[in-house]
Amino acid sequence: MPRELLKGNVAMAEAAVRAGVEAYFGYPITPQTELLEWMSHRLPELGRVFLQAESEVAAINMVYGAACTGVRVMSSSSSPGVSLMMEGISYIAGTELPVVLIDVVRGGPGLGNIAPSQGDYNQIVHGGGHGDYHSIVLAPSSVQEAIDLTVLAFDLAEKYQAIVVVMADGNIGQMMEPAELPPMLPIKSEYPEWAVRGAKGRDHRILTSIYMNPEDEEKTNLRILERWNKIEENEIRYREYFLDDAEFVVIGYGTAGRVAFSAVRSARAEGIPVGLLRPITLNPYPFAKVAELANQAHAFLVVEMNTGQMLQDVQLAVAGKVPVEFYGRLGGVVPYPDEVLNEIRRISHEPIAVGVDPRRNWMQRLKTEIS
Amino acid sequence: MAITAPANLVYSRPESMTNIATHYCPGCTHGIAHRLIAEVMDEMSIREMTIGVAPVGCSVFAYNYFNCDFVEAAHGRAPAMATGIKRVLPDRFVFTYQGDGDLASIGMAEIMHVAARGENITVIFINNAIYGMTGGQMAPTTLPGQKTTSSPSGRDVEQTGYPIRMAELIANMEGTSYSVRRSLHDHKQIRKAKKAIRTAFEVQKLDLGFAMVELLSTCPTNWGISPQESLQWVDEHMVPVFPLGDYKIAPIIRDLRV
Ligand SMILES: Cc1ncc(C[n+]2csc(CCOP(=O)(O)OP(=O)(O)O)c2C)c(N)n1
Repeated sequence: MPRELLKGNVAMAEAAVRAGVEAYFGYPITPQTELLEWMSHRLPELGRVFLQAESEVAAINMVYGAACTGVRVMSSSSSPGVSLMMEGISYIAGTELPVVLIDVVRGGPGLGNIAPSQGDYNQIVHGGGHGDYHSIVLAPSSVQEAIDLTVLAFDLAEKYQAIVVVMADGNIGQMMEPAELPPMLPIKSEYPEWAVRGAKGRDHRILTSIYMNPEDEEKTNLRILERWNKIEENEIRYREYFLDDAEFVVIGYGTAGRVAFSAVRSARAEGIPVGLLRPITLNPYPFAKVAELANQAHAFLVVEMNTGQMLQDVQLAVAGKVPVEFYGRLGGVVPYPDEVLNEIRRISHEPIAVGVDPRRNWMQRLKTEIS
Repeated sequence: MAITAPANLVYSRPESMTNIATHYCPGCTHGIAHRLIAEVMDEMSIREMTIGVAPVGCSVFAYNYFNCDFVEAAHGRAPAMATGIKRVLPDRFVFTYQGDGDLASIGMAEIMHVAARGENITVIFINNAIYGMTGGQMAPTTLPGQKTTSSPSGRDVEQTGYPIRMAELIANMEGTSYSVRRSLHDHKQIRKAKKAIRTAFEVQKLDLGFAMVELLSTCPTNWGISPQESLQWVDEHMVPVFPLGDYKIAPIIRDLRV
């Protein structure tokens, strides 16, 4: 396929179409809306299902219903809308169904704004709906990667009967870049043995998330955990840049990871032995890789577009072996590479305060910077 | 002569019901509603083509009692879930079975929009004027003055408003082809209820849009009266507030012979 100039939201939508999505249900919200709009003409044109729901609550429950039939199905939204979907996501997890969700994260909390943010890391990676489950979370940092991860999301969802969230930020959704779309895959003609499509010539099937007997629910929780263990064993993904000889390690994902990459390149040009780890799966998280880097690095710098939500995962993996510093911009502000470069210079040249919450120092620095 | 000799058989379990005893309380009409639906599925030979959507409420386990494919929705979301299924599988029969808390309180948005869209599904709405499963709290259909565990001195309309008449509301939506209210409090009403359920499934078969049958039902346990008194209570207290009748029947459906 030739490379085309594509907007992130449209690129993810068309990637899903080509990955064989048969039904899309969604509700408009900036900065995700172009994805829904693309689906509104593309899917009917292919004889597939598009429906604008009355709310995100309804959208995710339509997805839930469609997923029960065994077809590839998805929704997309942005932060406030995804909050509304959490109930449905939990039910989908409890029923062990494959579903793909694209979250184009924006500034928050509350109505926040429509600018790019990573403020929903905790909600998507660590939490979400009620109960004991995990979603696979993929974080693209370019339009091309958004395409590739959208296709991967459908495969992983089906392989593990799990929810896969492509967690982009407003920047990835809105920007245009040259990228290559995948070939068009045929839609499925065979359906899994659990799919509910009418009990023709077989026993009736039930799909539910209720297990009134605690022992049955315990077994369900264990089954979900076992699958998750397999996911952890097989599906951790990240990109490494200049890490071989790095004495300082920057960690960032999505747009923050991309900005950090520019900063790391400039720092290398200045002779600073710094590298970048860019997690692609935020869940499962590359804990082992970070722990391994903690044996080689003098210090870490975590860069995020939030107040340090992934920071806590890095701290967990580093386990106090070396200092972990933090730099973040908030509320929809995207950091410039120069800001990150200054932070790299600082941690590589100045002694780092130990025994202090890195967030407190960063807050002080940021407040002076932006005042 | 054996009582089960075909010649003697006047009553048997519909093929569309499983051979499982229900968990419903004595005197509850959920079982009657289930049976009517199952008889209709048998008569129309659609058991193998039907997917039911169970609600959250006393009928949460309805899927155990029907011998067709079934899914279990979140509280109030059955119409949305049914939409997802029906859109992917338009030639299957999809129905939801919902209580009044499920349909008229937490799921109000979903039921109104499924009707507005004229979604080609069938909704069986069980109105027992109370939240059964959680132990008898006030429902959006609770009658003025009716005592429940969360309106202990009787529903005060000044504070909590008035009962919602769903069959009338749904009839206002252009996407609705069929919206009627029936009752399960005596054998005559039960026969009428069955005919309405049959019609609602025929509407779906002919792709004529949204169909809902509201059924006035009993909850002796939470009303705190006997099954026999409950049937009378429906007749004397519920029917005046929720009049039985046809609130919308699209002209083309009037001509259906069921
Ligand atoms: C989101 C959510 N809120 C509340 C509940 C608790 N709950 C379970 S059933 C029910 C009421 C059901 O009443 P109704 O729909 O009238 O059905 P019935 O039990 O009377 O048949 C409630 C509030 C729940 N399961 N989920």
